Amino acid sequence: MKYHYYPGCSLEGTAREYDQSTRALLAALDVQLADIEDWTCCGASAAEAISGLLALALPAHNLALAERQSDSMDVLVPCSACYLNLKTVAEKMRSDAPLAARINAVLGAEQLHLKGRLRVRHLLDVLATDVGSAAICARVVRPLTGLRIAPYYGCQCLRPYADFDDPEMPTSMEPLIRAAGAEVFPWKMGGRCCGASHMSTQREVGTALVAGILEAAHGADAVVTVCPMCQMNLDAFQGPAGRAAGKDLHINVLYLPQLIGLALGLDTPSLGLQMNLSFDAALMGSATVAA
Amino acid sequence: MSVSTGHPQKSASPQAHDDLEPVREMVQSCIQCGTCTGSCPNAFAMDLTPRQLWRFVLLGQHSAVFQSRTFMLCSACYFCTLRCPRGLPLTEAMHVLKQTASREKMDRYRPVTAFYHHFVQSVRRHGRVNELEFMTYYFAEMKNPMLPLRYSGLGLRLVAKGKLSLRWPLRRTQPLEALFRKVAELEEAK
Repeated sequence: MKYHYYPGCSLEGTAREYDQSTRALLAALDVQLADIEDWTCCGASAAEAISGLLALALPAHNLALAERQSDSMDVLVPCSACYLNLKTVAEKMRSDAPLAARINAVLGAEQLHLKGRLRVRHLLDVLATDVGSAAICARVVRPLTGLRIAPYYGCQCLRPYADFDDPEMPTSMEPLIRAAGAEVFPWKMGGRCCGASHMSTQREVGTALVAGILEAAHGADAVVTVCPMCQMNLDAFQGPAGRAAGKDLHINVLYLPQLIGLALGLDTPSLGLQMNLSFDAALMGSATVAA
Repeated sequence: MSVSTGHPQKSASPQAHDDLEPVREMVQSCIQCGTCTGSCPNAFAMDLTPRQLWRFVLLGQHSAVFQSRTFMLCSACYFCTLRCPRGLPLTEAMHVLKQTASREKMDRYRPVTAFYHHFVQSVRRHGRVNELEFMTYYFAEMKNPMLPLRYSGLGLRLVAKGKLSLRWPLRRTQPLEALFRKVAELEEAK
């Protein structure tokens, strides 16, 4: 298995541990990654608030760079916001010819052209569909027995394109969590919104959403996420959210490849666990998480 | 549900009318069922519910739409888009309203639109976003000495974890000047 790899800005900055653990886990699972050379920002949730055409041109720029390298591999994206931006362009290139021409008129200014043949895949989709829980289970050396894990999907890997999971009641993480030897914590917040960039622009609203999710996670040993913005919101604002809710909301918030990586016996530094803001090995209960 | 902002005025200027036209086209077949409102995680903080907002768009009530904080509170969760029984692109319509507020530099929304503006300008200069740089420009524009304090706690924790670079400008850059210029040229010609 080999994929184009688009890390995105978060994964080389505030979510470095997501990049590190994704690369470590996929290497352990014999999945090869070809980084898109000279990739640029996908526009995040900023471009769509500035210009509709820019919000398509920025992800299109990256798909065109990937296509130039090879048009026979899918594009693997770990960040849900990047995934949705890239996927939106891929879909519009197929369905809207006049818009596709407009996008290519922009790309021409960078001496690029997009045919729009690549398929954009979220990391969770690749792990759940292409790799599969059986292949992961077969490589587990340190089952995370007794850990109760709350799967948190967030929004943009599920909606509006229901490509690999149910957009309202997602379940794709559950076989992966069980393959790692852990239990799935039953809750209904998996597909709810963390507030996204509200934490930067309208913090009191974001804090209320985060508090609701963390309160519902009470009783779990960790929340597992597949998006750097969800992880940051749930991980970094536990103090303010707890004050808003009037209770202690501290909990480990891990990236999915960090959790699976632990079960595969990868060490704490290579999974970047020391970079999670709220990481507390004691909170992980009975499972062994030593380096 | 009552509208807390009082009776909005009808829009007077033709320019204002044009602003709403693309959004009106997107929500033309809205049946006012309120599924969007019931699905919105941010509705609790909005002055107009999403359903009310679409009604004001259809009525051409520019001032009601652009006095409301509703569209700026859309966090793009896509629940309304997923569930709308008419299949309307409601999240995208929220984006178009944000783009109008940004393009017209409406004062009321500047604390939010300036954040996105400086983010995107950082991408224009470097190809990738440089958090420290764009936040500095953002603080400079907002001229609120208290504002940086809201971010400094998290910023320091991120620096301590090695997740926020203090180098300026950081890493190699590949400006997207040509791409940005072409986008502006095509949007003006539209």
